[in-house]
Amino acid sequence: MRERDVPQDEGLNQGLPEITYAVDENGRYVGVPSLGWEPKNIANAQAWEVISEDINTQARLGRDGKRSPLAYHLARHLMTVGLVASYVRLPRWRVKRHLKPSVFNRLKPEIMQRYADLFGLTLAEFKQIPAAEVNLLDQE
Amino acid sequence: MEIPFNHRQSAHCETGVLANLLGHYGLTISESMVFGIGSGLFFGYFPFIRINRLPLTAFRVRTGGIMKRAVKRLGVSLAWEKFRSPEKAMAVLDQKLVDAVPVGCRTGAYWLSYFPRRYRFHFNMHNLVVFGKQNGSYLISDPVFPEPVRCPHDDLMKARFARGPMQPKGRMYYVTHVPLQPNLSGAVRQGIKEVCRTMLKAPGPFLGVKGIRYLAKNVETWPQKMEAREAALRLGQVIRMQEEIGTGGGGFRFIYAAFLQEAAGLLNDDHLQRLSDRMTEVGDLWREFALIGSRICKQRADETETYTALAAILRQCADTETRLYQDLLARMDQE
Repeated sequence: MRERDVPQDEGLNQGLPEITYAVDENGRYVGVPSLGWEPKNIANAQAWEVISEDINTQARLGRDGKRSPLAYHLARHLMTVGLVASYVRLPRWRVKRHLKPSVFNRLKPEIMQRYADLFGLTLAEFKQIPAAEVNLLDQE
Repeated sequence: MEIPFNHRQSAHCETGVLANLLGHYGLTISESMVFGIGSGLFFGYFPFIRINRLPLTAFRVRTGGIMKRAVKRLGVSLAWEKFRSPEKAMAVLDQKLVDAVPVGCRTGAYWLSYFPRRYRFHFNMHNLVVFGKQNGSYLISDPVFPEPVRCPHDDLMKARFARGPMQPKGRMYYVTHVPLQPNLSGAVRQGIKEVCRTMLKAPGPFLGVKGIRYLAKNVETWPQKMEAREAALRLGQVIRMQEEIGTGGGGFRFIYAAFLQEAAGLLNDDHLQRLSDRMTEVGDLWREFALIGSRICKQRADETETYTALAAILRQCADTETRLYQDLLARMDQE
């Protein structure tokens, strides 16, 4: 790639330049700041689309009382049951059970607090599911 | 406190951190040189390893590998420490800063609050250098950022103790010895040979140029084997691994071409410059793959831009790279 062809397509990087290696007019390699490249923006947006869909599905299930708020926060933080379990130091099967509203509602405050701390929320915030559809990327 | 530290932005975190740390101790070395000496260039397609339910594609050796090899070949010594207790890990870090030692840390990128949201995935091998602390925030030279950044104490602690695959466990490292006159040309040769050998001769279908052909074969069958959306997601994942994760463009091919150019000067060998040009062309081919691939993902592709066309580009990449590594290896063995 030549220096003058280094793309400057804004998007994913939000104005933060990153280094792309390209050849200058004298044939020497230089690190050129690039604001982004459209194919990259597309691929990244595609990945976030899947994540956002998952978040909204979990939020809807939560509002309908079919899943606990934990399921929503899990999706929101791109986590799997296994990853959350290792953060809060509980066996996977227990975390999995906490995805059921009936079990979740009877949780000890101490366990509830561990989850809230992991997500950086207060207990009240943790128990809530937003009423409307959320787009994670709009909240930047 | 703040240690005077020369922050240079880099394409990639691991190579950037090492180049910046060595620079601090008087060994001026470029990021691409570190990448080449550490034999960073690679290809692997592993359909059985899943990341976010999608097959893993790798354009560089496993994380940590570049630093390990570059350090060994340059004769540099790094001291590594890991911790059980987050509080202790932070206290030891603070003490190093008091001693005016810039410290490299392995972190989980998800918890680094200064990252743009779109880059915050659970990836546990992000490297950065801590070089100061002010009002409870750490001063960080994160090589993929244009300027030094600040990170609150709690966020850095969380990032150093991120969980999941490849947990950093508070790992930190600092330079304890830098040779005055490292054997650069020897290190360069070793670095090049290892890349050529891995790319040409690694066993099994998943690695090196064989891996590129294997990916080509897979890409071709995706539209028949699965729904259009799933195929597009898999394709998107390959593009992200190639372009997004701090590769300097073209799946590290351009940064490697930059290394070959520098090596040509160092070894006084014009032939290496021609090989560098050829590597640049391979990088352009990979960019072409990403460009057409992204149009397919966005359903903006025209009739000739199909998965079959993508497979053809990949085969061309594999063929060109095969000849390139053969010539490179021959050149290294000659002298």
